[in-house]
Amino acid sequence: MPGIARRLTNREARMMKRTLIGTAAAAAVLAGSLMTPATLAAEEQFFPLLSYRTGPYGANGAQLANGQIDYLKLINAKGGVNGVMLSWEECETGYKTDVGVECYERLKGNGKVAAVSPFSTGITYALLEKAVADQNVLFTMGYGRTSAADGRVFPWVFNFPATYWSQATSIMKYIIEQEGGVENLNGKKIGLVLLDHPYGREPIPTLEALSKDYGFEFLQYPVPTSSMSDQKSLWLEIRRAKPDWIMMWGWGAMNPTAIKEASLIRYPMDRFIGNWWAAAEVDVRGSGVPAEGYIGATFHDVGDNAPVFAEIREMVHDAGNGTGPAEEIGEVLYNRGVANAAFVVEAMYTAMGEFGDKALSGEEMRFGFENLDITDERIAEMGLAGVIPPTQVSCDNHEGSPAIKLQRWDGEKWEIFTDWIPAMTDVVRPLVEADAAQYAQENGIEIRTCE
Amino acid sequence: MLYRETGVFHSSYAEDQAVFKLPLDRYAVWIVVAIALFVIPLVTSNYVLTDLLTPFLIMSIAALGLNVLTGYCGQLSLGTGAFMALGGFMTYKLVTSFPTASALFGVDLPEISLFGIEPFDIWFVLMLVGTGLITAVIGLLFGLPSLKIKGLYLAITTLAAQFFLLWLFIKVPWFTNYSPAGIAPAPPQTLFGFSVTGAASPVVNRYLFVLMLTIVAALAVKNLARSSYGRSWMAIRDMDIAAEIIGISPTFAKLSAFAFSSFLIGIAGALWAFVKINSVQTDAYTILLSFQVLFMVIIGGLGTVLGSFLGAAFVVLTPILLNIGLTSMNPLLVSLGLGTISIAMIKHIEFMVFGALIIFFLVVEPHGFARLWQIAKQKLRTWPFPY
Repeated sequence: MPGIARRLTNREARMMKRTLIGTAAAAAVLAGSLMTPATLAAEEQFFPLLSYRTGPYGANGAQLANGQIDYLKLINAKGGVNGVMLSWEECETGYKTDVGVECYERLKGNGKVAAVSPFSTGITYALLEKAVADQNVLFTMGYGRTSAADGRVFPWVFNFPATYWSQATSIMKYIIEQEGGVENLNGKKIGLVLLDHPYGREPIPTLEALSKDYGFEFLQYPVPTSSMSDQKSLWLEIRRAKPDWIMMWGWGAMNPTAIKEASLIRYPMDRFIGNWWAAAEVDVRGSGVPAEGYIGATFHDVGDNAPVFAEIREMVHDAGNGTGPAEEIGEVLYNRGVANAAFVVEAMYTAMGEFGDKALSGEEMRFGFENLDITDERIAEMGLAGVIPPTQVSCDNHEGSPAIKLQRWDGEKWEIFTDWIPAMTDVVRPLVEADAAQYAQENGIEIRTCE
Repeated sequence: MLYRETGVFHSSYAEDQAVFKLPLDRYAVWIVVAIALFVIPLVTSNYVLTDLLTPFLIMSIAALGLNVLTGYCGQLSLGTGAFMALGGFMTYKLVTSFPTASALFGVDLPEISLFGIEPFDIWFVLMLVGTGLITAVIGLLFGLPSLKIKGLYLAITTLAAQFFLLWLFIKVPWFTNYSPAGIAPAPPQTLFGFSVTGAASPVVNRYLFVLMLTIVAALAVKNLARSSYGRSWMAIRDMDIAAEIIGISPTFAKLSAFAFSSFLIGIAGALWAFVKINSVQTDAYTILLSFQVLFMVIIGGLGTVLGSFLGAAFVVLTPILLNIGLTSMNPLLVSLGLGTISIAMIKHIEFMVFGALIIFFLVVEPHGFARLWQIAKQKLRTWPFPY
């Protein structure tokens, strides 16, 4: 504009400005009338939702997305986060890395980004550097790159409430307890049925380290992504090897198939433990077998007892605004979607405490995440009892204090049957720091100091 | 009127052997290249550059590579994804093992800066060439069965490459420098002192870097196809027994096609990892990718350079544009009171329309887009008096 204005007389310039403003206003009104409220105002906090509702992971992805969106709708129905309304847009990734990257690029410019949660370890790895370059928080709730827990190397990535490595050690603790002590593990066989994907391979180094320490034999059973629903030969192998315990790092169509095959070879279900992406209603029901006794890890309670679910029913679904079917409220993956959105909203509250009640920039959101301190009182205040665990994040620890609970399938529904099982942080943290240091060295990243 | 040879006289061998013999063609290509180099980076958004044009160019290089093998030499391959993966992993190993020239040769390339440009900062390109050579050798090995078998049977043996190589990269943690998830981050690289890969590098740099490699690849394929190599490939493709009788060595022709094709595909795979997804992971190189590149070559036009570009554009851009188009219809539908199309439905529509388009184009023109352009040229030549 200044370039043109200089060459025109003042009057002409003023008239032109007026015309331009008029045109712009008209265009804005026109555009506004055509757009959904989600993309309208400037001072909204934008949630780019990289979701997947199609393909072999779609059944799981849809519930996660519905939970997230329902919670955002609830917050908006209650007047936003300190008055700041939330907006969001979905982009279907199909769990594919290159599509996920494209989706991220497509959505990131649509507003002030709250946090990016791709729900895929592959996409997370592809976005690690992009998030830093764009100054967007990458919130990978219990998945993604485990060593991102080292906040000194990964200031923009948060993976609380617990990483895969922590989760694996917590499950190990349960197994040790059941076996009656570490000394009884010697000579035992522990198998890992894993999706042959970055996600499934994440816990291997930890379990290998533990198998050396405790003297059990660690067996790996990878399921290729291309043949998730055909695991016959793999379970035949398991029947021959007879592992004493089996853990499962599965996702999508792989889970119901594995549960079915386990039941067909009559593997004792109470010795078959899925991680928290392999223990949802869709997984067990989809298997078509009773699967009684199947165990799964989790970091939140099951069911819809928390007050937030009643609010979602009342203010979102009964208002005719629900995202998915109302029956899925209270199911594992739906609740986890709610938890994901709730964590981000809590980070917004924390950031607003510092920077004021406005739509927050990436750096401000990062502050919110890094200074997150969610206490039991706060959780109760938000009606989130049992939906998110108490969490405290710090500059160098982006994982919080990891712990899991175990849930058991009784043939109808999940039931929590343990208290919090803390992870073996003393085992995991050195591995995390070593891996993060290697990343920093390869990519020329200066490790920041945390005081 | 247009595209007529009348009045164009060649007075030297060089003119007679030019790639584009007609001045009009030549100008048109120069204009396209100039627009791609100077105009597009200025007028398009970052999203268009990073997620539409850059992947399109990378896949064009892969399609050019496969076109050498399938289009020019007639050898069907379903191992493209694997060779791209090999390119990605090898480049990662090379740049992490030898981050500088001194790590390999004990002596560094001279560091000279002329007006902010460092002419000797070409280590990454040398590493890419090294990657190309490695993939060429491996491609040649997987091409050995082509000496005995052909057609669909050969396609099955190249499938072996797809499964074996990807299994290898997962199984042997050395390829990812022992990364726990089997994903390696692609370290950022520079060229002439400019950052050309990695999330922090300017989008325009990445685009121009890939564009320049694409131009080199297209020129190389075009000229190789016109050389004795290209003629021997085409002879083998058209009738291998006849070719052998007139003195063309099938062994040499087939293996050279495999090697050169893998060279380009390896570089495309490296760019896919370093420029597009910023990480090296086997999941980015599934068998789906092999099929996609094969579709590009077939839909674009077998045995043509132009076809590689048209096919890549169609396969890379159509699904994304369909998706964006359908998504942007939602506000309109809401204002009309018709509700919204869910993103799952959009994805399904995208698949269906894309599939229908493939069938449509193959029925209408089995020889691909390049043939359409040829027909158009012929029409322009006789226009406005076709009879």
